[in-house]
Amino acid sequence: MSGNSLTRRPQYGEHDQVTALTVSGLTYHFGAKTALKDVSFSIPEGRFCALLGPNGAGKSTLFSLLTGLLVSKAGTITLNGHDMRRSPRSALGDLGVVFQQTTLDLDLTVTQNLTYFAALHGISGRAAAKRIDDVLDRMSMRERAHEKTRALNGGHKRRVEIARALLHQPKVMLLDEPTVGLDAPARAAITDHVHSLCGNGDLTVLWATHLTDEVRMSDDLIILDRGTVLLHDLAGQIAGTRPLNGVFLDMIGASS
Amino acid sequence: MIYLTSLVAIIQREALRYVNQRERFIAALVRPLVWLLVFAAGFRAALGLSITPPYQTYITYEVYIVPGLCGMILLFNGMQSSLSLVYDREMGSMKVLLTAPLPRWWLLICKLIGGTVISILQVYTFLAIAWLYGIKVPWTGYLAALPALMIAGMMLGALGLALSSFVKQLENFAGVMNFVIFPMFFLSSALYPLWKMAEAGRVLHDICAANPFTQAVELIRFSLYRTGNPAALGWTVLATAVFLALAIWGYDPARGMTRKQG
Repeated sequence: MSGNSLTRRPQYGEHDQVTALTVSGLTYHFGAKTALKDVSFSIPEGRFCALLGPNGAGKSTLFSLLTGLLVSKAGTITLNGHDMRRSPRSALGDLGVVFQQTTLDLDLTVTQNLTYFAALHGISGRAAAKRIDDVLDRMSMRERAHEKTRALNGGHKRRVEIARALLHQPKVMLLDEPTVGLDAPARAAITDHVHSLCGNGDLTVLWATHLTDEVRMSDDLIILDRGTVLLHDLAGQIAGTRPLNGVFLDMIGASS
Repeated sequence: MIYLTSLVAIIQREALRYVNQRERFIAALVRPLVWLLVFAAGFRAALGLSITPPYQTYITYEVYIVPGLCGMILLFNGMQSSLSLVYDREMGSMKVLLTAPLPRWWLLICKLIGGTVISILQVYTFLAIAWLYGIKVPWTGYLAALPALMIAGMMLGALGLALSSFVKQLENFAGVMNFVIFPMFFLSSALYPLWKMAEAGRVLHDICAANPFTQAVELIRFSLYRTGNPAALGWTVLATAVFLALAIWGYDPARGMTRKQG
């Protein structure tokens, strides 16, 4: 099956057409191995887009490229109108990221972690304190502000990381398998919360996962397998009348 | 403004982490103190030192090795903070730093300055203990040494940073540290003056003289006695520039700092 043969653009209403994230012709090699091959997609502003793929599909490589940790010579990434290669600082300023591993400083408190991050984005003093209060309220974590992050459970650590990713009011938020290692209630809570963040503003979310139950039928869905985009459409369109999990397993089975 | 804010934040973070790891502070002090209070005391009689600049009189061996032990603190700390960089990278918190909307070279320099400030605090604690032990330099020497310690600390930190960019895994880094720290320390003027090395052999002397750590130690030694040493300053600054350039190149995202993860 050819990588892009099934790719079709999701059909949105006309008001949805401002693009927040565009990836075009992105290819990346690790030595002789091709991790991503001619990956192209675009996500309109305010959408929740799930990036679904089995382990080893290239999701983390794509995230490293989207966050500028890796740079590819082939293809372009445009984030809120900023080209990641030509103006990485402007692009990164509009980007919030939650990495797969916990990236909190466990010896520091929640507030100290957030203050450090705010300063890296040029926000300090009272402005930083206010934003920290706001994002902690938004994630229902205000009462934990002065606890060391080591003392938090997995779900709460994730919430702090999401709060941190929202601190500089990004336009696009990337989450790389953010529910890994969480129990079912925490997983559902985080998934619901991020969906709600997307629903009431201009925040665009790209959520990588290998779990179909985290995807809602109204979400955009990109299916990535072995470094290529198999499909990009509304999840409901892809699933049709069948459960999404069955469709997903059929697709990655068919491509092997 | 964002440059200054980020610099202050990175230094504060290093300091906070340091405060939270008191064992590290004590361990870093014990090492040079053992050298000073045990090793140097034992070798005092065996090693005679003639009058060489910057000293204007005969000195005891303990007095001689104090600047070398300051260098030792900077050397071990430089390596230690780059070890924590490798750890940060494996644990992921390095990603948070490198995805900040700032040039990478600036972020690396901030990291270096943060690590150096912590090292210098340790050096002054060590100098205070040495003072109590009776090894004193002119009080203005303590001030004059500050810029020298800063440059030497930056140079050794940059070396660690460069090494950490090329060593991908934590386990490998411990081995690299042994291959770097010990030859660098023993093939220098930290424990014995260069003219003593010349007696042992020309080649050995030349290796020691070319060692950037020797230059850093001499820079600290001369500045503690308020004497200029332009050659040592020049070599240390040059070594800092070379190591820093290597580190910035090593952390270039186009080279693929983060290896394949799936």
